[in-house]
Amino acid sequence: METMMILIIGVLVVVATYLLLSKNIIRIILGTALLSHAVHLLILTIGEVKKGDVPLLKETPGPYTDALPQALILTAIVISFGVTSFILVLAYRAYAQNKTDDMEEMRGDEHE
Amino acid sequence: MNNLIVLPLILPIFIAVILIFFRQQIRIQRILTFSTLLLLIIVNIYLLIQVKVNGIQVLQFGGWEAPFGISFVADAFAMLLVLTTSIVAFLCMIYAFSSLGETFEKMFVYPLVLLMIGGINGSFLTGDLFNLFVCFEVMLLASYVLITLGGGKERLRESIKYVVINVLASWFFLVGLAMIYGTLGTLNMAHLAQRVAEVNQGPLLTTIALLFLVVFALKAGLLLFFWLPGSYRVPTTPIAAMFGALLTKVGIYAIFRMFTLIFPLETNITHTLIGVMAIATIIFGCFGVMGFKDLRQIVAYNVIISVGFVLLGLYANTTESLEGAVFYLMHDMLIKALLFLMIGTIIYITGRTSFDEIKGLIHQFPLFGWLFFIMMLSLAGIPPLSGFIGKLLIGQGLIDKGAYIAIGIGFLSSVIVLYSLLRIFLKSIFGEATYNQKFKTKIPKMMLVPMVTFGLLTLVLGVGAEIMMPYVEDAARVLTNPEIYINAVLNP
Repeated sequence: METMMILIIGVLVVVATYLLLSKNIIRIILGTALLSHAVHLLILTIGEVKKGDVPLLKETPGPYTDALPQALILTAIVISFGVTSFILVLAYRAYAQNKTDDMEEMRGDEHE
Repeated sequence: MNNLIVLPLILPIFIAVILIFFRQQIRIQRILTFSTLLLLIIVNIYLLIQVKVNGIQVLQFGGWEAPFGISFVADAFAMLLVLTTSIVAFLCMIYAFSSLGETFEKMFVYPLVLLMIGGINGSFLTGDLFNLFVCFEVMLLASYVLITLGGGKERLRESIKYVVINVLASWFFLVGLAMIYGTLGTLNMAHLAQRVAEVNQGPLLTTIALLFLVVFALKAGLLLFFWLPGSYRVPTTPIAAMFGALLTKVGIYAIFRMFTLIFPLETNITHTLIGVMAIATIIFGCFGVMGFKDLRQIVAYNVIISVGFVLLGLYANTTESLEGAVFYLMHDMLIKALLFLMIGTIIYITGRTSFDEIKGLIHQFPLFGWLFFIMMLSLAGIPPLSGFIGKLLIGQGLIDKGAYIAIGIGFLSSVIVLYSLLRIFLKSIFGEATYNQKFKTKIPKMMLVPMVTFGLLTLVLGVGAEIMMPYVEDAARVLTNPEIYINAVLNP
C-alpha cells in the first residue's frame, strides 16, 4: 500500500512541477493545487496507512491508527483551499487589468 | 501556565473579526485599531518583564501537557520581537490613518492588518512546529490581500508572483513537517529538540534541517530573495513599511529557532551553509542598492542586506553574536519601518519614484530632511544610534569565530548602505531647490508624528541600550542553552 501511495505522490509532483513551469497562469494555479494534494498524501503515508483501528479508546480493541496526520491534513486542506480560491480570483483580476494570462508578458522588465 | 501569552495572538484576531462588521464606519475602525494596538504594546511590555523576572512563560492549550497539546512559549527572544512588532504596527497605523484614503479603509485594510499582526505574533510565540505553519499561513493570507489592495496593473502582476512563491514555500514547509513527523514522531519544538539530541542528528535529520532552511530562507529572503524587490515595491506606503519591517523577520526568527533549538548539532554543515548564504545575500543586496535609481527598489534591496547581516550572527553562533543578532533584529524592525515610511513620503510629496528627478526637499521640509539624515546614520550603524550596538556585537562574535571574510563583507555592506542612502540624501534632500507646482507643499502632521517617533526610538534604543541589554542577554542565554527552553516546556 505504501509503495502504491508513494508512486501516486511521485506522479502528482511530476505533473504539478510541469504545470508550475508553464507560462499560462491557470496551469500554474492547477499546479499548486496538485502539489498540495501530493503533500497531503505524503503526510497520510508517513503516518502509516491503515495500521490499526479507529483511535476510540475502550470502544475498539487496539492497536490504534495515529490520528494526528489526519488532523494535520485536514488543516492543510482548508488552508490550501482558501489560498487556491484567493489566487484564482487574483489571477482573474490580473488578467482583466493586464489583458494577458501569459507569465512571460507579466514579467515587468521596466525596473530591470 | 500563564494565560496572558495568548493575548498577542487572540486580541488582534478577535478585534479583526469584529471590525469586519463595521465596514462603513471608518471612525470606529480607526479607534478600535488604535486602542487594540496600544493595548497590545502594554500587554507585551508586561509579559516581557514577567519573562525576565519569572523565566520562560509557557501556556499549554486546553490543559494538555506539552508533547501532546499545543504550547505557546514566551521567552525573551520571542517577547522582544512581539513587542517590537506591536510598536511598529502601532506607528505604521497612525501613519496609515492620514495616508490611506477612504477606498482602502472601506476595503477591510484594518482588519487585515490586525489579522497579519495576529499571525506574526503567533509565529513568534508558538512552541509547536505545525502551529508555526498555521500561524505563517494566517500571516501570509492577510498579506496576500494587503499586497493586492488598490489594484492596478503592476500591483496585481507582482502579487501573483508573491502568492505563488509563498504557496510553493508553504508546500516545502509541509513536506518538511511530514518528514520530521515521520522520523521523530512529534511536532512539539522542545520535544523535537530533545529527540534530535537523543538520536544524535544523523544525515537524514540534517537533510530535513536543510529542507527547513530552504523554506525559511524563501520566507526570509535569505539568498532566495528574487521575489522580494518586486513584491515590496508595490503595496501602499504604510503596508509596505510593515511588510519590510515585519514579514522577513518572521522567517529569520524561524531560522534562529530551528538552528539554535532543534538542529544545533551539525554546525559544520548547517551553520556554514547559513553563513555562505548570508554572505551571498549581502553581496547581491549591495549590487541591488547601488544599481537602481528607483527609490522603492533601493529600499527593498536594503531589506535584503540586513537579512544577510543578521544571519551572520547565527553563523558565528557565539553568545555575543546571538545577542547582537537579537538586538539588531529589533533595531532593524524599527529602522526599516522608518525607511519605508520616509521613502513613501518622498514619493507622496513629489509623485516621482526615481531619486534624480527630486531635488532640494530640505528647504521646504527641514524636519523631514534631518530625520532622513538620522535614519541614514542609524541604518549604517553610526555610534550613538541603535544600529551600532548590534553590528558591534555580531562583529565581536565573528572575530571570536575567526570568520574574517564574513566580518569584512558584513562591515563593507554598512558602507554601501550608507552610500546608497547618501546618494538620495545629497541629491534629493540637499541640493538646489527646484520649484515644481506638482509637488505638495505640506506633509500632514499625522504622517510626521510616527516618523519622528521612530527616529526618537532608534535614538533611545541606541543611547539607552543599557536598559534593553538585560533582556537581550536573557534571550541569547536561552538561544545558546536550548535545555532551558526544553525544560521550561516539558518539565514545568
